Amino acid sequence: MNIPEDLQYTKSHEWVRIEGDTATIGITDHAQDELGDVVFVELPEEGATFDAGESFGTVESVKAVSDLYTPVGGEVVEVNSALEDAPENINEDPYGEGWIVKLRTTDGADLLSPEEYEKVVEEES
Amino acid sequence: MAKEGLRHTPLYEEHKDLGARLVDFAGYEMPVQYSGIQAEHNAVRNHAGLFDVSHMGEAVFRGPDTESAVQRLVTRDVARLDVGQAGYSAVCYEDGGTVDDVIVYRREGDFLVVVNASNREKDLEHFRENTEDLDVQVADESDDWALLALQGPAAAGLLQDLTETDLSDLKPFRFAEGEIDGARSIISRTGYTGEDGFELYLSPDDAPRVWRRLIEAGATPAGLGARDTLRLEAGMCLYGNELDAQTTPLEAGISFAVHLDKEERFIGQRALLLEDTQGLRKMLVGFEMEGRGIARHGHHITSGAEIVGEVTSGTKSPTLEKAIGLALVDPGVEDWFEVVIRDNPVPAKRVSLPFYKRDRG
Repeated sequence: MNIPEDLQYTKSHEWVRIEGDTATIGITDHAQDELGDVVFVELPEEGATFDAGESFGTVESVKAVSDLYTPVGGEVVEVNSALEDAPENINEDPYGEGWIVKLRTTDGADLLSPEEYEKVVEEES
Repeated sequence: MAKEGLRHTPLYEEHKDLGARLVDFAGYEMPVQYSGIQAEHNAVRNHAGLFDVSHMGEAVFRGPDTESAVQRLVTRDVARLDVGQAGYSAVCYEDGGTVDDVIVYRREGDFLVVVNASNREKDLEHFRENTEDLDVQVADESDDWALLALQGPAAAGLLQDLTETDLSDLKPFRFAEGEIDGARSIISRTGYTGEDGFELYLSPDDAPRVWRRLIEAGATPAGLGARDTLRLEAGMCLYGNELDAQTTPLEAGISFAVHLDKEERFIGQRALLLEDTQGLRKMLVGFEMEGRGIARHGHHITSGAEIVGEVTSGTKSPTLEKAIGLALVDPGVEDWFEVVIRDNPVPAKRVSLPFYKRDRG
């Protein structure tokens, strides 16, 4: 299970990279593996704002629909629109090409360290 | 990590060894995927896939009144089946609603009726209750059989190497008793994928060996996830989605499995004749999404402000690379409508079924 050391995580299996006031969000390797082949991603509009804990989009595999939750509040400054034509990037490179959204954060959040997230995954399986 | 209370097919250990993702399906712990739904789907379309469908139920009708009993229970006229021939059929309630969709095999001296796993107990009860006055025994042989489905354009070639039975003589919906790698089997040229292929009824003891042989020969293990996308592309019904107690076989578009003119009356015949005369209350249509989004079971179909139907199945089609679906809609609905996905009406257009038809060369 790939859980990079330089990222933070949520219990709902998103990863977050905080750089200054920008948070880049995607779903973890474990999450994409559980979902299976991702075939559709519903992205928010740039400029939309979300509170921490709010759903900002969905990821769909062949069989399942999964909501995406932002662990931090803020305004969407960029979406990975390449996913509209290549949703499989989420399976192939969840922490790189498969990033989903960038937010300008307005509040902090209670994020998990890689070690804490590993425990979450272990408890679920 | 066996889940409590779930049943296992004779292939359970094989699935675990292959690293399958297992889910609860109709009370069985079944493989939903191995390598990935799309790869397994494509293997069936392009070469050969192997499914464990041992969870399906097998009811065997025996006794002097066997044919009358089956005629009463199913919508197809089984008098038109030869020994060695199988037919797809519905089983209806008196009001025309559907109990199940089944395959009826006419054998020398008895009938084998293969039912959906989720309907097994209900069907057996329905079969017995409605034939009490007849001299017939209905045996539940579900646990005596393992069932493998070998499907795809390469299926016949792979299987021929393991059997003496001449498969070129076995036409679609025909079956023969034979041996596969020394194991006694009913070899049936049937399936649920829209491809050529076979369903192999085997003893639970022999099934794991035959399963491994077929994989060694080049078949790709495929799970219930690919089985669902394959049958949907082929425009085939799934009980619980397109068919249920509130939906007649005529509404679900399987009138080819209903012989309304059958002389021996069947349960539901009067209601179906009436619906056939008066017109359908709803009908099954296929559609493609025009806007972005994937339709799913239960989504509403709208035409302007009006709800005109409901999605019964939807997915992203791996073969067509489009979002497709089936829906039960009001008759007379226009060819363009909307599917309501998470409160957004997304445009869709009606298309003819099936979505995918194999090239028969």
